[in-house]
Formats: sequence, C-alpha cells, structure tokens
Amino acid sequence: MRSYRFRKLEDLIMISLAYAALIIALIPLASILVETVSRGLPAMSFSLLFEEIPPLGQSGGGIGPAIQGTLIVVTLASIMGIPIGVFSGIYLAEFRQSRLASAARFLNDVLTNVPSIVLGIFGWAFVVVAIGWSVIAGAIALAIMMIPIVTRTTEEAIKLVPLTIREAAIALGVPQWKTTLTVVLSSAKKGIATGILLAVARISGETAPLLLTILGSRFWFSGFTQPTAAIPLAIFNFSQSPFRTVDLPRAWGASLILIFIVLVINIILRYSTREKYG
Amino acid sequence: MRYKIEIQSLSAWFGSKQVLQDITMRIKENVVTAIIGPSGCGKTTLIRCLNRMHELTPRAKVTGRVLLDGEDIYGENVDPVTVRRRIGMVFQKPNPFPMMSIYDNTVAGLKLNGVTDKKRLDEVVEKSLRAAHLWDEVKSELGKSGASLSGGQQQRLCIARALAIEPEVILMDEPTSALDPTAAAKIEQLIRILAENYTVVIVTHNMQQAARVSDFTAFLYLGKLVEYGSTKDIFENPKSELTEKYITGEFG
Repeated sequence: MRSYRFRKLEDLIMISLAYAALIIALIPLASILVETVSRGLPAMSFSLLFEEIPPLGQSGGGIGPAIQGTLIVVTLASIMGIPIGVFSGIYLAEFRQSRLASAARFLNDVLTNVPSIVLGIFGWAFVVVAIGWSVIAGAIALAIMMIPIVTRTTEEAIKLVPLTIREAAIALGVPQWKTTLTVVLSSAKKGIATGILLAVARISGETAPLLLTILGSRFWFSGFTQPTAAIPLAIFNFSQSPFRTVDLPRAWGASLILIFIVLVINIILRYSTREKYG
Repeated sequence: MRYKIEIQSLSAWFGSKQVLQDITMRIKENVVTAIIGPSGCGKTTLIRCLNRMHELTPRAKVTGRVLLDGEDIYGENVDPVTVRRRIGMVFQKPNPFPMMSIYDNTVAGLKLNGVTDKKRLDEVVEKSLRAAHLWDEVKSELGKSGASLSGGQQQRLCIARALAIEPEVILMDEPTSALDPTAAAKIEQLIRILAENYTVVIVTHNMQQAARVSDFTAFLYLGKLVEYGSTKDIFENPKSELTEKYITGEFG
C-alpha cells in the first residue's frame, strides 16, 4: 500500500506543478489585458475612433485613419497572403513526397523565422523604391509574413484528415483534385481557420515592416500608392511622444482598439467555420 | 452466366514488397464472390486493384490486366475516375463524411460530381437508402449528421452512398468486421439482395460469413490464389490441402 500512497503523492505534486505553470503563464496575459482595458477604456471616445490624427502634443482628434489604414492594409495582405498560403499548404500536404515539396517546406520554415524588419526592408527595396511609400508595399510585406504561417498550418490540418475520408470520396469516382478541394478541405477548415487567424492577428500588430513601407500618416486613406496610417504605428508614435499626458492615453486607447479588432476577427472566423455537427 | 471481371496475371507491390503474385481469376456477374485468407495474404490489396485504389498508396505498383466487361481498366486511355464510378467500394470501417448530413452523405458522389437537380437528388436518396435497407430508420431525420448513426447504420449509409452512383460492381472490404453480430447479420442479408442486381466481391476473414453470403469463394495465401470455386466446393471438398487446413481452422 505504501507504493500506492507514494504514487498518489507523486500525482498530486505533478498536478500542482502543472497548475502553477499555468498560472505563471496566465499572469502576463491577464495583466496585459487588465492594463490595456483599464488604461484604454478612459481614452475611448467617439472622436478617438473617427477623427484624424492630431500632431503630437495637441489635444483633440483621434486615430480614425490608423484604424482605417490597419483594416485596409490587413485586408489587402490577407487577400494576397491567404490564397497563396492555403494553396501552398495543400501542395505540401498532397505531394509530401516530392522533392519540390521538401524544398518548399524547408524554405517556408526559414521564412517563418525571418525577422519582420527584414520583410520591411524587402518591401522597401522592391516596392517602395519603385512606387514610393504606399499601402501596396505594406500589404505585400505583411502578405509575405502571413504566407509561411498559413502554409504550415494548412499543411498540418490537411495531414490530420483521415485517409478513410479521402478514400471514401475517391472510391465514389470523385477526381483526386476535387476530393482535396471539397471533402478534405472542408474537414480541415477548422485547422486552416486557426492558421489564418494566427497570421491575421500577428500581422495586425506588426510595426517594423509598416514603418518601412506604409510610412504612417495623420490623414485618411488617399489611395493604394500613398502612405497611410496604421494602429501599431500610431501606438508607437504616441508612446514615444514627449507630451505624455496628452498622447499616452491615446496609445492605450489605440492598443485596446487593436486587441478588439483581433478579437472580432477571431469570433467571425470561428463562427463561420464552426462544425455543423460539433 | 457471364463473367463481369477477368483478372489476368495480376501482381501488386508496395515498394519492393510483392503482395500479390500472378493472380488469375474470373468473377461472374450478379453473384457474390468472397475472398478469404489469413491476415496479410493480400485480400484487401486484391480488391483495391479492382477499382484502381491500390495505386493511390505511395510507391504502390500493379502489373497484369483486369478486364471489366472485356475492357482493361488499366488500359492506357482509361481514366481511373470512370472505373471507380462503375465499381463502388465499401470499406472495413464505416466512413461516412462526418461533416455531412445523412442526405448529403447518400448523394455525396453525385453532388461532388456536380449534380444539383434537387428533385433527382431526392429520388436518389430515397432509392439508395431503400436499397441499403436504411430508409425506414432514417427517413424522418435525413438532416442529421451521418456520424450520429450507429455503426451498423453508418455502414448501410456507406452502402447507400456507393449505390447512389449506380455502379455495376460493389467491392466490400470486410464490411462487417467493425460491427456487432446483429448489425453484421443485417449487412449480410443486404449483400444477398444486392447480388440480384450487382456483382459483389467481398473480402472477409470470417469463414462462416463467406459460407453464408457467397456463391463463389477464392482462397488467398501469401499473395497467391490457392483455390477458387463455388463456395460449396471450397467448403465441402476443397482440392488443396492448404484450403482444407485453413477452413478447418488449423491456421489463420
């Protein structure tokens, strides 16, 4: 009986350690959330959401163009990055044996780990130099950032689809490509959505590549080949401002809005890809 | 009675491992042919060669010919997709599409191939589910998930799904091995009825099942066809000593 009691004790210790680790992991998360909400909420106002960005230190105004700019740049990046990422992921999963797939998988993993500032330089060197600081340059840099994340998660999600499901469709005389695009993709959609979500959330908060590509602006969107504002840039600028009493609350307000946008995208995506028969 | 399928010198490999050696046999139309043999003897591979599913496995290889109504399904200009529409398959583990309703599962083959005519789909759903003896159990809940059914019902749903594309041949890979005896008995009855209109080839490791449902039986051992004949002959006077040993349970 001694050994049973010993095992119970061991069990208890392990569970306690796991809980302790969980709590330690949650502390920074919770404190970020609490801090952002408690400091950002007082700054929230109609004008913060809808007015143009004032010069540093000046009261009034808002971050309207930054919200608009982030939505535009992220949407444009998603339009470019998601299809490329999803189809690359399909390729890697469906042709896992091929040499091209192994090479692509390796490069993709490398790309995942490229620091975002490098992608900013890339966007600058290839797009900004040609057409100037612009929405397009920012969207391209962010799209390149999304691709490896979406590719990898799509590949993993497709690999998890049981072979039996795939074979069921093929045995019904459904061509292989159609099987992949219908049965397999719809079985994997939850996993793919998670990947897209991760990628969108990640690029929504990126600052470094945007600094080098869309530059930032205080005014409303004025064309895809023009510089534009973005929430992370606004947060950066306000937080660096010497006029702390005026600009710091704005930085917190902008942070809260950014978190809120990511949350809304999360909910929409979860809802639209939920399983019919959970 | 004519021959529906003629297998000529069929050999199959997984990589460098040969799993079927020079199989030659002819399968009659509108009867049930059972393929029996111990685990790993190549039963499943044999029927997967009949609808060109074997080649989907990476590094799998097939040689020889399989004639369906006299035409080689491995012929140069033959599209495996059309072969699979004529030769349906039911798998060992019931595998309805989990994200689809009973209705959608039944007509999945049609829908995925672009049939959208609602009236036609409705007709096919009823006809196929009736043919699979499932209609009365599910007619009031066609919108429910296919995965919500019991194992036996799921397998009959898979049979209905295979029937919906109007194949000529139905291959069944141990269709009752994942089911309880009652559900298995229902499937067996169904197989007898299906044989009136379809050519059925069933793989089974259950010799009693082969004896109950089949008209002809082929005994496979280590990738070779040891004996093939009427089920009665195979079970009552097997010609080969090996067959006799297997059906009397001396090994397997």
